[in-house]
Amino acid sequence: MSAPLLQVRNLTKSFPVGTSSLFARRQNVLTAVDGIDFDLPRGRTLGLVGESGCGKSTTARLILRLIEPTFGTVTLNGVNVLGASPSELLRLRREMQRVFQDPLSSLNPRMSAGINIGEPMRFHGIGDRRERYERTRELLEVVGLRRDDFDRYPHEFSGGQCQRIAIARALILRPKLIVFDEPVSALDVSIRAQILKLLMKLQQDFELTYMFISHDLSVIKRICDDIAVMYLGRIVELAGSEQLYRAPQHPYSQALLQSIPTPDPTKRYGDLGGLEGDVPSPIDPPLGCRFHTRCPKRMEICDAKSPALIDRGSGQRVACHLYD
Amino acid sequence: MPEPILQVEDLRTQFISRRGVIKAVDGLSFSVEAGKTLCIVGESGSGKTVSSLSIMRLIDPPGRIVGGRILYRGSDLLALDAEAMEKIRGDRIGMVFQDPMTSLNPAFRVGDQIAEGMLIHQDITPAESRIRTLDLLSRVGIPNPEARFDDYPHQFSGGMRQRALIASAIACRPEILIADEPTTALDVTIQAQILKLLKEVQYDLNSAMILVTHDLGVVAAMADYVMVMYAGRMVEYADVETIFARPRHPYTRGLLRSLIRLEDTREDELAPIPGAPPDLSRLPHGCSFAPRCPSAIGACTESYPKLHGNVDGHRVACHLEAEMGAPVARAGR
Repeated sequence: MSAPLLQVRNLTKSFPVGTSSLFARRQNVLTAVDGIDFDLPRGRTLGLVGESGCGKSTTARLILRLIEPTFGTVTLNGVNVLGASPSELLRLRREMQRVFQDPLSSLNPRMSAGINIGEPMRFHGIGDRRERYERTRELLEVVGLRRDDFDRYPHEFSGGQCQRIAIARALILRPKLIVFDEPVSALDVSIRAQILKLLMKLQQDFELTYMFISHDLSVIKRICDDIAVMYLGRIVELAGSEQLYRAPQHPYSQALLQSIPTPDPTKRYGDLGGLEGDVPSPIDPPLGCRFHTRCPKRMEICDAKSPALIDRGSGQRVACHLYD
Repeated sequence: MPEPILQVEDLRTQFISRRGVIKAVDGLSFSVEAGKTLCIVGESGSGKTVSSLSIMRLIDPPGRIVGGRILYRGSDLLALDAEAMEKIRGDRIGMVFQDPMTSLNPAFRVGDQIAEGMLIHQDITPAESRIRTLDLLSRVGIPNPEARFDDYPHQFSGGMRQRALIASAIACRPEILIADEPTTALDVTIQAQILKLLKEVQYDLNSAMILVTHDLGVVAAMADYVMVMYAGRMVEYADVETIFARPRHPYTRGLLRSLIRLEDTREDELAPIPGAPPDLSRLPHGCSFAPRCPSAIGACTESYPKLHGNVDGHRVACHLEAEMGAPVARAGR
C-alpha cells in the first residue's frame, strides 16, 4: 500500500482564554484539539463527526494551516505542512482546498460566479485570462451548472447552486485533498442528496481525497470510508463506516447513533437513546476519560486515567477502558 | 372523532416585497386535537413557520394575514382585538422557538422571564410565581433550580436554555403548544433529551402540539399527524404511519427517497429531487411542484390541484388523484 496522502500526528491546539475582571486577571487555556492522530489514504474519504465544541472544525483549520497548531505534525504527500516556509506553503495550498458550510458567505458577492471560481488561479498566477475563462466555464458544467452562468452573481443562485460554485472553485487548482466543513448542513433536505451525489462523482472522476466534517452521522456515513468520532478535542473511535454503524464500540459512539431520530414511525421518541447532561466546558475538561461524566458505562479507572486510542482488532480503534 | 381544539380554515398570509406579493401561506386548512401532535414539515420557504406565527398572530408588516379563520374553541382568533389576543397568547397557547438565545432576553434573569408570563396571565403574587417557577425549572430537568433561577441566559448551555423556554411555554398550562424547530440548533444527544421532554410536558397537560420541523426523523419520532407543505400550501396530510408507509404526493415521495438514511451504504444510489424549491414571488402556473415532478401531466401546469381525500383523512393535493378518481376533500377537515 502506498503512503497515505495525509498523516496527522499528535496534533494539538490550545487557545488562551482570558477571564479578566477589574481586579484579577486569570489566563485559562482551552484545548480545542488534544493530540489526535490519523492517516488518510489516497482516494479515500475520512469523516470527522462530533457535537459542537468537539474540535472537528479546528482540526480542519489546522490541517490546512489556517491557524497554527500548538504542536504536532501534519504531512501532505510527504511534505511537512506545519514546517513549510511561506513560499512552500503557497505551493501546498494548491494541493489542498476547502468548502465551507455557508456557500453564500464564502463567495464574494461582488464578483460573478465565474470570477469567484477563477480567483484561485489568478491568485496563484496560473494561466492567463483566456485560460482561466475556459477552465472556469468547463468547471461550471462539471459541477452541474451551465457555462453561461459565468456572468451571474452569487445572489442570483439558490443555496445548492452556490455550493456548486464553491465546489468548482475548490476544484480549479486540481487539488489532491479537499476538506469539506458541513457542506450540506445549510441546504434543504431535497438538495442535500444532489450535492452528495456530485461530490461522490467528482471524487471518482478526479481521484480526489476527501476529509468530510459534519455533525450529521447519516451524511458522514453515506459518503465516508472511515469515520473518526470526536469528543472534547479527542478522537474516541476511528473505524470503517459500516463497522462503526453496525458495531460501535465507544459508549459515546453508541449514544450518538442511538440519539438520531430515524425516518421510521415505528421508532418513537421513547426509543431515542440519549445521554444525560451537557458536554462539559472544554476550558475545564474532566480528568481521565473526557466522556466519563456522561458515560453510562463508567468504571472507577475512567476518571483517573485517560484511555489511549488503540486498535481493538479489525482496524477499529477505540479509546475506552472497557476494552483494556 | 374528538372535537378539535384549534381549527384553521383557508388561512392566507402574504408579504409585500419589492418583487411583488409573496403568498407565504396560501389557503391552509387543518385542525389539532387535545393530546395529539401535528408535525408541519417542509423545506425553507414552504410556509411552515409563517403558518405557526399566523396562529399566534405574530405576523408583522410587511406581512399580513389576508384571509381565513383560526378557530380556538369555536371563536375566531383573527377577529379578536389585540388585547383579547394578548390574553390567549402565552396563556392558552404556549410557544417554543428554534433559537433559545434570541428568544430569551439576555438582560433579565431566566427565572424572572419564566415567572413573567404567570404574573401577566394569572392572579398570583410574585412570591407564588417564584415558587411555581422553581417547580417548573425542576420539572423541565434543570438541576439546582434555586441557584439557576437568578442566572442570566448566557450562563445556560443551549440545551438548558431550550429547557427554560419550555418551562416558560408551559407555565400557564396551555391547551396548545407550538414548537418551531425546537431542536434544530441543538446537538443530537441534547435533541433527544428535548424531544422527550416536549412529549412529557404535552402528556402532563394533555395539550395539542404543533411541531414545525424540516427533519423527517423528528417527524417520525414525534408526530401523530403530518402535514407536508410546499411553496405555501399543504400538499399532503395523513397520520404518521401513512405518510411514511404510503405517501401519495410525488413531493412527499421524493422527499422520503432523497433522505440520507443511516442504514444506507455508500453503494446505494442517492435519489435527489431535481431542481430547487420555487421563488415564492414567481410561482409557476398550476401546481408549484410541477417543474420538479417526475409524474407531471398536462393538467399540472394549467391549474392548482384540488385537495383529494379519503375516509381515513389522508388528503393529497395532486392532479394524479383526480385521474385515479379520488374524491375532493371538504375544506377544513
